[in-house]
Amino acid sequence: MRRVFAVADNVITSLGFSTEANIAALRSGECGIRLNNDPSLTISPVPLSLVNSDNLDNAFSALAEPKGFTRFEKLFFLSASRALGSVHFNWKGKDTIHILATTKGNIDLLERKNMGKYSRERQYIRDSSARAKDFFGFYHMPVVVSNACISGVLALNVARLLIQHGKYRHAVVTGADILSGFVIAGFHSFQTLSPGPCKPFDESRDGLTLGEGASTVVLTSDPELKGNKKRIALPGGASSNDANHISGPSRTGEGLVHAITRTMNEGDITASEVDFLSAHGTATAYNDEMESKAFSECRLERVPANSFKGYIGHTLGASGIIESVYSMESIRQGMLFKTLGYEKHGVSKSLNVIRENKHTEIHRVLKTASGFGGCNAAMILSDTC
Amino acid sequence: MVSKDDITITGSCRITGNSAFLNGEPYFSSAEKEAFPVFMKALYKKVGPGYPKFYKMDPLTKLGFISAELLLTDNARTGLYPEQSRGIVLMNASASADVDRSFQKTIEDKEDYYPSPGLFVYTLPNIMAGEIAIRHKLKGENTVFILPTFSMEFLTDYVDLLFETQKVTCCLAGWVEVDDKDYDSLLLILEKGGKKKENAYKLPFTKDVLENLYKPD
Repeated sequence: MRRVFAVADNVITSLGFSTEANIAALRSGECGIRLNNDPSLTISPVPLSLVNSDNLDNAFSALAEPKGFTRFEKLFFLSASRALGSVHFNWKGKDTIHILATTKGNIDLLERKNMGKYSRERQYIRDSSARAKDFFGFYHMPVVVSNACISGVLALNVARLLIQHGKYRHAVVTGADILSGFVIAGFHSFQTLSPGPCKPFDESRDGLTLGEGASTVVLTSDPELKGNKKRIALPGGASSNDANHISGPSRTGEGLVHAITRTMNEGDITASEVDFLSAHGTATAYNDEMESKAFSECRLERVPANSFKGYIGHTLGASGIIESVYSMESIRQGMLFKTLGYEKHGVSKSLNVIRENKHTEIHRVLKTASGFGGCNAAMILSDTC
Repeated sequence: MVSKDDITITGSCRITGNSAFLNGEPYFSSAEKEAFPVFMKALYKKVGPGYPKFYKMDPLTKLGFISAELLLTDNARTGLYPEQSRGIVLMNASASADVDRSFQKTIEDKEDYYPSPGLFVYTLPNIMAGEIAIRHKLKGENTVFILPTFSMEFLTDYVDLLFETQKVTCCLAGWVEVDDKDYDSLLLILEKGGKKKENAYKLPFTKDVLENLYKPD
């Protein structure tokens, strides 16, 4: 079995267009969430974490003329391109697979205002992946993982498994989702949107905040391939299903417990060896409560834990990859980031939610995610290379 | 010959062109001019699960759900394995595009604005996997892939690894696609060897066998 490493990455969110810009913002406690009243997005004011469109076009113009691309394609291709630009290997070879994690792709093309501007085929996620194949010259048709809010973590787990067993040598894994009237109306109808920036694990939490973004990680089994950063190993990961309810988390956290347990077994680590727990922490009443039960059951209550949702909202299919890159930087920089929005403990089980940024040695991170459809996923990130 | 360590197909359900085939044999069909919802309802009644939630599902979930129902009513193979190691891996070309268009209609006009959570939730293709998981207690690995065409090579590669790494002991896997009037599915029960009792239906899980099962009649 081959060992799998992350060697390059990129993050694009409201906080910036590079991993470095994002981490600088996290360090200074900057929140990318703003109240939004754009009638094309929402019928009533709602806080959102949006990527600035002019800045996106400016950055994208280094690759191609922005006019020929949709907003989703620009985010997706820019992120993949920036990650690929920081490591030297032939990604056009037969031994590289590209995996895209997204929930909705070009969903804004369904809106009446976009009708006739683009081909009907472009509304499909498969069209975005086929375009990525042409744009980057990948040998294989990219594979899309579309598993609600666990898509990002799951895509990294899928890539890791394929590389570990020699099906491919390298993987370019991108997560991307944009915010649109569609997604905002949907979450609004569920009455899960917080009137202010979300407050994960807080007593007064009252729902999630939506965000958009893209993030890319380059994975490899090649011991010689090095990017400009310290390599991070991915020794274990698993997914599970609650088999309980399609739109609500399990009350017991049983499904998440199974995903975490199998992840830690595969990665051969115990709860006391986890230095940082990067939780899903959407700040809905039920999700955070469910997570606290699962973490407690897994004896993770003393591990420093956070949710990054207070900075950039819930970036849906991209969230697992964005938050994994933030977690890799936590290891590289020896830095625990506080949970923005968390003041008073508001879940039934005891957790060590990080209140202030703290410098400390971090060797192993557990990353988790849970989503609609009853799905859960977990993975380990480790500096033991 | 299938050895006990090989991954085997112990059930297959193919639905296309208003016909359903179970383990390669014709199971049910209706007149070709009948629309998909009419056919689905007739097939549901024939399979007879008595599961009223079926009527709330979007067309994609209905197709996946009824395929799983047909397979596991015929032979409850997954019941032989621990719930936590029962996997589900599905693939299609259009994600949830069909129900996406339905939901978009509910938010297009400010004067006629009626988004519902019951419809929105189905605008994620993995809800199909979630509904099947609830019905048959499949609590293990669950993944939905989107590819322009049914990639039997990728599906066999990935599912082989799930078995090899013991992440699953049995798995429902296949292709479930719905877009407008077009629909098409091939769902399989996969086991290692084919545990305990001898099963009459047993095929090796290979790309060639999948091609044969998927080809139009």
